[in-house]
Amino acid sequence: MSLLLIGLGLGLAGTAAGALLSPRRRVPAAAVLGSGACVVAFVAAGRALVSGQTSTFRSVELLPLTGVRLSLDPLAALFIVTTAVVGLAALCYGVGYTEGGPRSRTATAMLPAFLTSLLLVPAAASVATFMVAWELMALTSTLLLLVEHRHRAEARDAAQWYGAMTHVGAAAILLGLLLLASRAGGQTFAAIGLRAGAMSPTTRSLAFVLVLVGFASKAGAVPFHVWLPRAHPEAPSPVSALMSAAMVNLGIYGIVRVGDGLLGGGVLWWWLVVVGLGVASALFGALHAAASSDLKRLLAYSTVDNVGLVLIGVGAAGALEVTGHRALAALAMLAALFHLVNHAAFKGCLFLGAGAVQQASGSRDLDRLGGLVHRLPLTALLFGVGALSISALPPFNGFASEWLLLEGLLHGFAAHSAATTTALLAGVAALALTGGLTAAAFVKALGIGFLGQPRTPAAANAREVAPSMLAGMAMLAAPCLLLGIVPGSVVPMLRRAADTGLGDTFARPLRADLGLNLAGFEGAIEPVLLLAAFVGALVVAWASVRLFARRGARRAEAWGCGRELQTARMEYTATSFAEPLQRVFADVLRPDHDLEVTHVAESRYFRQAISYHSRVDDALERTCYRPVIRLVEAWGGFARRAQNGNLHRYLAFGLVALVALLVVLA
Amino acid sequence: MSATVQASGLGAAVAASLIQLGAVVLGGPLLVGLMAKVRARAEGRTGAPIRQPLLDLRKLVGKEAVHAEHASAVLPLAPFVLVASAAVAVAITPLVTTAPVLRQGADLFVVVYLLLTGSVALALAGLDPGTAFGGMGASRAMTIGALAEPALLVAVLALSVQAGTSNLPAIVSATLAHPAWAASPGRLCALVALVVVVIAETGRIPVDNPSTHLELTMIHEAMVLEYAGPELGLVTLGEAMRLGLLFALVANLFFPWGIATTTSPAAVVIGLVALGAKTAAIAVAIALLEVSTAKLRLFRVPELLAGGFVLAVLAVVAGLVTR
Repeated sequence: MSLLLIGLGLGLAGTAAGALLSPRRRVPAAAVLGSGACVVAFVAAGRALVSGQTSTFRSVELLPLTGVRLSLDPLAALFIVTTAVVGLAALCYGVGYTEGGPRSRTATAMLPAFLTSLLLVPAAASVATFMVAWELMALTSTLLLLVEHRHRAEARDAAQWYGAMTHVGAAAILLGLLLLASRAGGQTFAAIGLRAGAMSPTTRSLAFVLVLVGFASKAGAVPFHVWLPRAHPEAPSPVSALMSAAMVNLGIYGIVRVGDGLLGGGVLWWWLVVVGLGVASALFGALHAAASSDLKRLLAYSTVDNVGLVLIGVGAAGALEVTGHRALAALAMLAALFHLVNHAAFKGCLFLGAGAVQQASGSRDLDRLGGLVHRLPLTALLFGVGALSISALPPFNGFASEWLLLEGLLHGFAAHSAATTTALLAGVAALALTGGLTAAAFVKALGIGFLGQPRTPAAANAREVAPSMLAGMAMLAAPCLLLGIVPGSVVPMLRRAADTGLGDTFARPLRADLGLNLAGFEGAIEPVLLLAAFVGALVVAWASVRLFARRGARRAEAWGCGRELQTARMEYTATSFAEPLQRVFADVLRPDHDLEVTHVAESRYFRQAISYHSRVDDALERTCYRPVIRLVEAWGGFARRAQNGNLHRYLAFGLVALVALLVVLA
Repeated sequence: MSATVQASGLGAAVAASLIQLGAVVLGGPLLVGLMAKVRARAEGRTGAPIRQPLLDLRKLVGKEAVHAEHASAVLPLAPFVLVASAAVAVAITPLVTTAPVLRQGADLFVVVYLLLTGSVALALAGLDPGTAFGGMGASRAMTIGALAEPALLVAVLALSVQAGTSNLPAIVSATLAHPAWAASPGRLCALVALVVVVIAETGRIPVDNPSTHLELTMIHEAMVLEYAGPELGLVTLGEAMRLGLLFALVANLFFPWGIATTTSPAAVVIGLVALGAKTAAIAVAIALLEVSTAKLRLFRVPELLAGGFVLAVLAVVAGLVTR
């Protein structure tokens, strides 16, 4: 625990250094102190994860009235470790990242502060500490989102959406936790956990729904996701990576901590709602990712998709636990946490890669990229690792956790309850549907963005990015491979975290193995052996072609139907690549098409110009959020009519209020 | 299974897997040839000999490989990934015997995702030269793949639900032990769903026409338009292996009789003959289906695949109800 405190202290020192030092010194100082915070926190949390011990800390002086309470148990430690790795990669990457001009004082100071808050949230063990950390996270991330607001108006818009959504969410969490604290007669998590069983079912359900709304909005689950595809693309790339790979995790953390931990499981319908949120998020996110042609927007929607998959696992675990299948619940929870960790690795890597593309070519619009594999070979390779991982191809880590999730749901069918079975079936269907869509989305990202011919001069002249940025990406690409090839190595730690989340089931869902080997069921994958067989097959195929081939290879122009000279304008673009899927799912995506034809003045039979616009907006935002925004605006307009700046009117308001008050009091 | 038993059986298991691999490497192209022959006969032509695809492979290996000028290393690498992923899938699937190598890790989902790996490699190779046709083929193939994948996964899950495991040898053995399962409503729904997926994944009519010569109507052929020589040979071989694997998978998951349950030579020979007969029957049936139907419009294909997906979900439900 003292190590974790040192880590948090280092993070705050980084913030101070970023705010106070001279412009030349503050960037390296903040980076070094922030990295130190990550390393120390990693060691502290790693020790808790390996030993399974819980340590606590309390201080009355640090926070007036309530004091600070921290607790480092395996569940918290898993999230801290994940955040620390992503944070270290993001800071390393940030050294070479110059997109958006030289770093301002605010940006330099806020990054370590944001990181500290991310490390602090899982360790918080009382309502006050938790909310302070949570708000710190919200405020620092909003400021970081605004770093590039001078160059891009979209950043301001994104910050507004993010600020509004995150504060509505925080208010819901605060209400829920306060309700629990008031009924428990104490604001520490221990006190709430102890007395939650004695509370009335209505109180517990109300509190759960409130915190679920708040945490789901932080996790970016549909329908609370609207801020995510705006905020994640507009933030500077290291911050995007931290948001997508570390911050959204904390939404999941909150659901597990409060739902499974403090409230001890609750009732079945809570978890069916969670599975429902997960299914909706997975499908909606995957569809939008498949339709997007903006690289970072695609990644953001894919975060919504993966959060959905994790929620399906968490919901299934909760439902199975409530219906008394603790071993199956442990398996589902383990799978969900494993997927969350894997998502952090590959999505962090992909966001950093997208930032590298943006810095090298000045664009993140896939329709303006292409051919980057020749210009940025290493970035392409690392982005490729991330893309293959997220597409769940063996032997990368996405496959391991999706397999485990599938097995968790498959064996969950053993719980003979109609409601649970229906939810699991929906989860399986969502998992299956998102698999193919994700592969399509990332073939598009990789194939259109990095392969083919460059579509703009900027893409043709892109330069490989700085070594520190590549190192940052490599730090996250390495776990993608490691966790995929030897997934069994992290299972004991994941099991400890899942057990803490569910409140000690003592079930061992997996046997000790390098691969994943289910205990109690027949089912296993052995990625090491698969990889060995794959490499062997590659070598044999290559050797036999060498042996039998009689002539070498030659370069020639590609086939163009007999037409010579093919230009990049004839290439398929990301928009055209996604068009068939967009057309198939037009009912959900609701794309806007706009075709304008200008005719020659002399005759309508001849066309002068044709312009075509197509865009895919968020249909949920249009149907659910726009009416609310219009209502608020109308209310604002009404309120403004009362405020005309005339002093006499305000005096009259005062008089009316005074009279009314006297009447009420009399 | 104790470690000693595993060690002694390992050599036999490796041999069995290699026999399976050999059977699919030779048998896949022969199945393609058989289908072409059946189509030709049904259309009143003599048609090429059944071993024509093998002869084509020999011819292609002797030719020069041509790489498009804007292509990267992905283009020459993808055929190897396609063939290797298919080979690994073949090695772990119970085709000739229920005791292939890596019995413990022979998972149905692994096979599904190995097939996806090959598809992704080819789609990336289609985008690599930066041409209109390659992109078109890749886009269409991924669209159809994105819709076929869920149907495949859920159909496979339906079988796993019934057997209580997704381990392939275990599913096949369970079906052998419970012959009544083969005729259960869940199985039949899953069978239809799987056949739809197999037709889509192998690019047969009504989803795709493997013998088309017009670039605009191509799906799979457009994607591999830039390949020549040995690499084209590998792509053809890889596709034929996948076809052989999928036919054999359908045969053994729904009608496993004849498969060897041990690794004794006699049982393996019987297993080989049974596999050849079953897959040939499926090939003839699909070829006749191809002759008798017209190719669907691209945007009608999703309806077919959605039908397959719904049937697969029904299969899971039926499996759960009747369990």
